[in-house]
Amino acid sequence: MNLPDIKYKRRPNISELVYIFFANITGLTVFNWEFFKNVFKPPYEIAEIKKHMDELGVKTFPIVSITGFIIGLVLAMQSYPVLQRFGATDFLPNTVALSVIRELGPVITALIFAGRVSSGIGAELGSMRVTEQIDAMEVSAINPFRYLVVTRVIATTMILPVLTIYVNFLALLGGFIAVIITESTNFEYYKNAVIGAVEFGDLIPGLAKTFVFGYIVGIVGCYKGYTADGGTEGVGRASTTSVVLASLLILVFDMVLVKITLILWPTLV
Amino acid sequence: MADTSLVKIRNLSKRFDHLQVLDKVSLDVETGENLVVFGRSGTGKSVLLKCMVGLLKPDEGEVYIDQKNVLEISPNGLNEIRKKIGFLFQGAALYDSMSVRENLEFPLKKHSQMTDNEIDEKVINTLSLVSLEDAVDKMPSELSGGMRKRIGLARSIITDPQLMLYDEPTTGLDPISSKDISELILNLQKKLNMTSIVVTHDLICAEIISDRAIFLRDAKIVYEGKIHELAKSTDPFLKNFFSNEIIRV
Repeated sequence: MNLPDIKYKRRPNISELVYIFFANITGLTVFNWEFFKNVFKPPYEIAEIKKHMDELGVKTFPIVSITGFIIGLVLAMQSYPVLQRFGATDFLPNTVALSVIRELGPVITALIFAGRVSSGIGAELGSMRVTEQIDAMEVSAINPFRYLVVTRVIATTMILPVLTIYVNFLALLGGFIAVIITESTNFEYYKNAVIGAVEFGDLIPGLAKTFVFGYIVGIVGCYKGYTADGGTEGVGRASTTSVVLASLLILVFDMVLVKITLILWPTLV
Repeated sequence: MADTSLVKIRNLSKRFDHLQVLDKVSLDVETGENLVVFGRSGTGKSVLLKCMVGLLKPDEGEVYIDQKNVLEISPNGLNEIRKKIGFLFQGAALYDSMSVRENLEFPLKKHSQMTDNEIDEKVINTLSLVSLEDAVDKMPSELSGGMRKRIGLARSIITDPQLMLYDEPTTGLDPISSKDISELILNLQKKLNMTSIVVTHDLICAEIISDRAIFLRDAKIVYEGKIHELAKSTDPFLKNFFSNEIIRV
């Protein structure tokens, strides 16, 4: 795998920043290509994938639980006065449900996931790189890319949709709490309003894009860690830049995917 | 006459940006020989080892291990050669997330058809060679520097390699641990009949291990011979290099 050599300085000038940007894009493209070359080849390392799903996914549940609940609660509290101005408070459950399921749930969960997981992967693989553990694996005739990268990327791609469904549920619960605080309503009414508002076409695009976000979180973390250099400073840099790049790519791809969704399913507009 | 060289290097060159690290280096290592590679820091000793196992791609030259050119062989062919090589890294490079047992089991589980019981037995036997059977369930973070080197050595030899490459095996150790590791390397080499290439600055280690030594300077092999011949050389550079060390020759 030939990746461009990215040399960082403390204060890179404009031309160096442009070079670093394009070197990152090229490097990430080559890294993606390497992933697809390796992902279908045995051995499949199922045990490692399960381990990473537990390490990277299951342990993210506490933080996304709190986040999901608060998002729903705050969204409902903020939306209520606006809807009240137009005499449309009956639509509060619909507003919360559609906002959460179509956009806020997937994107916020992905950003939280990037913050926790992408940095962790970047630091872990970066540390393995600078302490020659990846070289040791390669010298032992074990493909480190397949063992370390492919397993992690599959794990993040598989686990993020599960986390998102869970966050959506908690956000709707948070929304319900806000609704019963502001309006005298009951759970049955709220549940029926939510179910009535959300169509199948709302669920699928929101969920489908979380596979892409999960892939981005995994591949960016692995890329930054796997190509880290410069000792402990390089490990820190890999960790930080993983989060920044993954978050940025999530937002850019969200914009692109929303546009594609609206072109493919114009009835969602 | 039959060719008894396990390793043959021909005109190997490697450059990093403007720095020429290796310049047309040629070298033969006989089967069963212990070769020590000397040189000041940054003279390409570790690069030489990494080019031999394909971790670094040289700019030009050929590296033959067991008659096969590692630079032109397919990835699968290179892996077959790598299975015959053990590599002890400077910092031991133990996998942090695995226990000592898992570190040693890892290459066996990936490459051998051994049963779990056979692997378990092999792990304990190999740890007994480095006198660390008690550390089998420890994590790398619980080990001292000397213990890490020993475990790294055990992991390198567990697949019964024909060729062992040591990258500064005694760096960072106190003189007694350093001598212990050096003697351990020599004993293992005799017991397992391996060929060894040792990169080191440590003259005591070199004195214990080496059958032959080479000295890298300005990207070339400038001296070659027995360690005591190098130490007694009248060459000003070698005199200066060896004058700061106490060596019993």
